[in-house]
Amino acid sequence: MAHDSHAQNVVALHRFGLAPKPGLLASISDMRSALLAEIDHPSAGQIKNDALLSSGEAARAAFDFRQHRKAARLTARFQDDASKRPTNGNPSSSSAPQMAQQDAAPKLDAGAAVPQQIYLEEAKARLDSALVADVGFVERLVWFWSNHFCVSADKSGVRPLCGAYEREAIRPYVRGKFVDMLLAVESHPAMLLYLDNARSIGPNSFAGSRRNKGLNENLAREILELHTLGVRTGYSQDDVINFAKVITGWSIVPPMQSTERGGEFVFNPRLHEPGSQRIIGRDYEDRGFEQGRAVMVALARSPATANHIARKLACHFVADDPPRSLIYRLARRFIDTEGDLKEVSKSLITAPEAWDAAPTKLRRPSEWLVGALRVSGIKPPDVRPTLQAQNLLGEPLWRAPAPNGFSDDSAAWMDGLVQRLDIANQIARRVGDTVDPEAVAQNTFSAFLSKETKDALARAENRSQALALLFMAPEFQRR
Amino acid sequence: MIFPHRPTRRELLLGSGALFAWAYAPRVPLAEGRDPRFLVVVLRGALDGLATVAPVGDPDWERLRGSSALTLVGPTPALPLDSFFALNPAMPNLHRLYKAGQATIIHAVATPYRERSHFDGQDVLESGLIRPGFVGSGWLNRALFGLPAAGRVNPKQAFAVGPIAPLVARGPAPILVWTPSRLPPASNDTMSRLLDLYRHTDPALARVLEERSALSVIAQTSGMNEASMKGPKTTGVPGAALSAYFAESASAAAKFMARPDGPRVGALAFDGWDTHANEGAATGRLAVLLAALDGAINAIEADLGEAWHESVIAVVTEFGRTAHINGTEGTDHGTATVALLIGGALKGGRLISDWPGLSEANLYEGRDLKPTTDLRSVLKGILKDHLLADERFLTKDVFPGSQGVRPLAGLVA
Repeated sequence: MAHDSHAQNVVALHRFGLAPKPGLLASISDMRSALLAEIDHPSAGQIKNDALLSSGEAARAAFDFRQHRKAARLTARFQDDASKRPTNGNPSSSSAPQMAQQDAAPKLDAGAAVPQQIYLEEAKARLDSALVADVGFVERLVWFWSNHFCVSADKSGVRPLCGAYEREAIRPYVRGKFVDMLLAVESHPAMLLYLDNARSIGPNSFAGSRRNKGLNENLAREILELHTLGVRTGYSQDDVINFAKVITGWSIVPPMQSTERGGEFVFNPRLHEPGSQRIIGRDYEDRGFEQGRAVMVALARSPATANHIARKLACHFVADDPPRSLIYRLARRFIDTEGDLKEVSKSLITAPEAWDAAPTKLRRPSEWLVGALRVSGIKPPDVRPTLQAQNLLGEPLWRAPAPNGFSDDSAAWMDGLVQRLDIANQIARRVGDTVDPEAVAQNTFSAFLSKETKDALARAENRSQALALLFMAPEFQRR
Repeated sequence: MIFPHRPTRRELLLGSGALFAWAYAPRVPLAEGRDPRFLVVVLRGALDGLATVAPVGDPDWERLRGSSALTLVGPTPALPLDSFFALNPAMPNLHRLYKAGQATIIHAVATPYRERSHFDGQDVLESGLIRPGFVGSGWLNRALFGLPAAGRVNPKQAFAVGPIAPLVARGPAPILVWTPSRLPPASNDTMSRLLDLYRHTDPALARVLEERSALSVIAQTSGMNEASMKGPKTTGVPGAALSAYFAESASAAAKFMARPDGPRVGALAFDGWDTHANEGAATGRLAVLLAALDGAINAIEADLGEAWHESVIAVVTEFGRTAHINGTEGTDHGTATVALLIGGALKGGRLISDWPGLSEANLYEGRDLKPTTDLRSVLKGILKDHLLADERFLTKDVFPGSQGVRPLAGLVA
């Protein structure tokens, strides 16, 4: 495969990258080199924006906001009680208008809710990052890993943290070692909140012996089942419980406790279950935080993890039912390089199977939406419409319905096709007749559009309709 | 609404019913205390002029259109304009205005474009140039520079309604764009084009789209039109949503232009006129579109208020459609069509046409209504007599290459 056909270049760009910005496709003579160059580029996939808050800052800002709101509500209630007294003699004027006022106070605050503001700023930074990305392969890797290790903004306390989580625990490691990403993820406040480990207490720990609270298995189970080994790979319920005990104490500094470090990760020995634990046939002696670290390192080295990650990568990028040889190739590379994700990613983009496969996968909504914006040259100043579109298409940002993330199976997204048409129409109408759909088609697919699609574009009754049809064409839906 | 643009202060003010003072009040005011307004309505997709204003007196008419031909009899009789032409029954408002001398119809009219591509035809129609091509300015915008200077106000500003300003209004003069609160309803046209594409290329996608669109037909026929306007609506002719969209856009344009300090020229565009199959001139898709256009005309008249008497609205399209009905009860891309002029400033109640006839020998290239009037002469006539534009400027900068095309005289009162 020293020389790829032009058609394969186009398929590869759509398969591994984000749909091309105007001019990109024509500027690339060798797609394989372009993809390799992007993954070697140190700034690809990183967001440099000093205005964004760290997860600790975000958690403290959200905490302060809640405290202020609570205080304002108390004040309002006090004033309300006070103002009721003189009107007691006149019941007709009391209840209804005052009810309305009571409702109005919190709503006013909610309009400026800090967690949501942070969420929107992070969402904007993420969208911009995807829109300015060159080929977009590293950005796609970020999305892949962010979904693999998903958290949800809908879980209490997580909303202000999800953007920082992705920037702190995912982006720095997409070209690093899997074990480092794993440790960054599992010790991140967003994950510790999302999967309840922040409150998990060893039954025999200092805190556990004094309180009627205890172990929470959630994070330990999902690390084994979803993040590393994969479901039904030989671990038992005892392994889950013992692992949960090992990571007791992986927690968060309570925001009310510290104005400097509140909301940040802490290993809290008072919550940690003492003693050695046996997990999947191996004993881990209690060395505090290091005990959990040692388990994670072992999990990252397991061939089951390599297979699990290899399969997921192949399913995400190449096909719902990818060739076994591709999974084997990726798993082999993962094991040989001790989970070097840059090397595994390179193996993916140079694998012949990844180039030969027919474009059958339906783009996920986020990918499709960003693709439509990229090829049209749109940079929305306000991120909210894009977020609303993602909601409508069933892939709300950082809000996966369950810890296994959004599906990578094309069938899961088929039903949203009609909604895609609505959104395609809206984007196309925004662009109107200011772009030439034939030029967009050329910039996006070079000459590789079916005759049927070309005819449909040429026969459209106006340019905006042609653009909507281009977004909806099988070539744009599948990759 | 998924892609609302950010509401400007102007929109908020319009929404609340209180209008605003324009920073640079565009005004084309003029001698003799006149204060004329000119609104251009572009119908994209090629309006079937013959089904809008039917030549019921032409001996070849019913032969060409068969059972689809509008006639003066039957359950939905066309509305007579004179002894030869009759208006589509979906347009009672236009009929009323015509009878009141406030509408003029020009038939067998065409731009200089003689091919049959929508994009190219729209370029020629809106750019005012003789050849298609991607250009940045439209004739209406350029025309602003040929209007008489009027005191200290700045007339060089155009106004447009829509998610994006139509090309006809874009150009060197600044343009104010107002976006309606509702989106144009998704037409079943885009859906059926897409379905056709999927059927030939991707059966799995075709199946999903068919199933889902069947669901939305059920939603529409069970009286859920209002709900489906907001949610994903995709099939059937969404008549109510379409009318609401046309009316809101037209009404906004009229309200802005009615203001003493508001804009004096503007443009809006309505899509959906490409009726290749099941055209439905009397009761179907085209009737729904024309009824929505008729409602828009009514809204303009109402919302211009007193300014109606100083206004001209020109309704234009890129080209017409074939004289014959085709094998799928529709019409294909043609040549000549109608242009509608509406407004209290007109010397109306007239149908202006050098009628070419519909016999096979008289059809353009054996298929289309033959163009006998150049649309540019109509537009030049309005610009010259209504807005008092300089004629040499019109020929040189607004419609370059129109030396032989004289402004049609006597259109305005």
